[in-house]
Amino acid sequence: MSNHWSYESVLARKNETMKNSVGIDYRSFESGGIAFDYEKMMRETGYTLEEMKIIQGNHSVGNTPLLELKNLTMVSRKIAQKGFGARIFIKDEACNPSGSFKARRAANAVYHAKKLGYKGVIAATSGNYGAAVASQAAMHGLKCIIVQECYDSKGKGQPEIIEKARKCEAYGAEVVQLSVGPELFYIFLRLLEETGYFNASLYTPFGIAGVETLGYELAMQFREKIGRDPDVVVCTNAGGGNVTGTARGLLKAGAESTQIVGASVNLQGLHMASDNHFNRKSFTTGHTGFGIPFSTWPDRSDVPRSAARPLRYLDRYVTVSQGDVFYMTEALAQIEGLERGPAGNISLAAAFSIAQEIEEDKIVVVQETEYTGAGKHIQPQLSFARDNGIEILFGDPDDEVPGKNIILPSHPRLIKAKNIDLAKLKKSYIKNCLDFSNKTEISSGDADFLVQDTKSSMDFVKNYLEEQGVAIRD
Amino acid sequence: MKAIKGDWVQIQGIVLDVNNRAPQVPEDTKNVPLEIWVKGFAQSNGFIGEEIKIKTITGRLTQGKLVAINPTYTHSFGNFIPELLQIGLQLKEILAGGEQNE
Repeated sequence: MSNHWSYESVLARKNETMKNSVGIDYRSFESGGIAFDYEKMMRETGYTLEEMKIIQGNHSVGNTPLLELKNLTMVSRKIAQKGFGARIFIKDEACNPSGSFKARRAANAVYHAKKLGYKGVIAATSGNYGAAVASQAAMHGLKCIIVQECYDSKGKGQPEIIEKARKCEAYGAEVVQLSVGPELFYIFLRLLEETGYFNASLYTPFGIAGVETLGYELAMQFREKIGRDPDVVVCTNAGGGNVTGTARGLLKAGAESTQIVGASVNLQGLHMASDNHFNRKSFTTGHTGFGIPFSTWPDRSDVPRSAARPLRYLDRYVTVSQGDVFYMTEALAQIEGLERGPAGNISLAAAFSIAQEIEEDKIVVVQETEYTGAGKHIQPQLSFARDNGIEILFGDPDDEVPGKNIILPSHPRLIKAKNIDLAKLKKSYIKNCLDFSNKTEISSGDADFLVQDTKSSMDFVKNYLEEQGVAIRD
Repeated sequence: MKAIKGDWVQIQGIVLDVNNRAPQVPEDTKNVPLEIWVKGFAQSNGFIGEEIKIKTITGRLTQGKLVAINPTYTHSFGNFIPELLQIGLQLKEILAGGEQNE
């Protein structure tokens, strides 16, 4: 008995626990090499767009308003070169039942759990997804446990995460809180085994497909409103599901020329599993600490094959600073009359900068907002930062050092989205595929898969494989 | 402070002590245990600091050290950040035409 629940034994049963708790046999999509059949996995285990619209519609999810940010557009035009400053729109996803777009992911996952006869759902998340799963579980009458990384070793909790715990409990969920560390996964597996509940992972096909409705709605709303598809859609990127689902939905709507941009807040230099660094960051999601590792190795998630594969869809990937996002959050309230949570505004800060790079008649969309409130708001987050010795000042956001200071731009013209070298990330992903599979020779099927999974070309993949001394076997 | 059987309480426990942390965690994290906090209904009377069994809201039985009775939410809007006031003022000035295309 004592052995049964030890760290080693629980982790050793990982594959079996996962299979039992998500009801997917991932092996049936594997090729034996690097490649797996992504579209087959999405098709056979997910839901069609039509089905999802019904599932979400029946549970008050989706069909959120599309708002034009006219004053912010005007500010960007005053800063931009003459004739530049695209129209900025925002999709008000905070209007979903749990206050964020994550309701779309949760709606599908919880519906699926109920359909398969599970008595409850479990999710490991410190963010909006927990609230979303708890809210949907409440609607479906399922039990719900949310596991979150919440406190440092001094018992000091991130205000945003504590608020999320409150919200989950408000929906009737049990919240299991942990101190800093990746071993959260062990508790998560243990609870799955102990309860036999469904693993409402963020990364299953149902979860990711749930976001497709967002992209689809965007295309439809723009066609209705202005008669064409948006030019650029900016998505906050962490685990990759937001980008993946939105892009897939846009493609399903036929919006093939829309550019997909991912945006993360720059937390370079802060270690995500560090007890000391935990409360020195002012963002718990949407940051590079998730965005980069999850794009270069999506299968690090809590399921064997993640359905969130951002490199498959991204046309561009940018970072903004913490100060940029706090400034834009305040701007959204002050000149647009919309008080929305800070983390969801990462893509807004990026969009404000990107809009200035393109002509006035073009359209840039921020595809989400999130709720705000005590703990989860710029005031408490900046106050918490200041209490933790982080300096807050006006200046050039370029000088911001995550964990040391937060620099609010002294003028909005200083808000500049910085490009991440996507080619470098793609190579890093391919390298990870080679390393994890331990291959010195790959099949042509693997090569084709790598082309698709990195949205690149056969030349790109071949060149990189050559550099690595890896041959393609025909 | 004493919890009476049936009270809503919070317990704390150690999941992994410092010798059993995962190999990939950084040094500072390795030097502290992995802790857990759970809330539920006390299954017996007990004092703060004592080991107690609880039944969580989902009906799960678990146990740990009693740390709070009727644990409450204390998160707030924090201390006022006066710098934020400048952002709205600046943007309104820009909108009012204080700046032109540069």
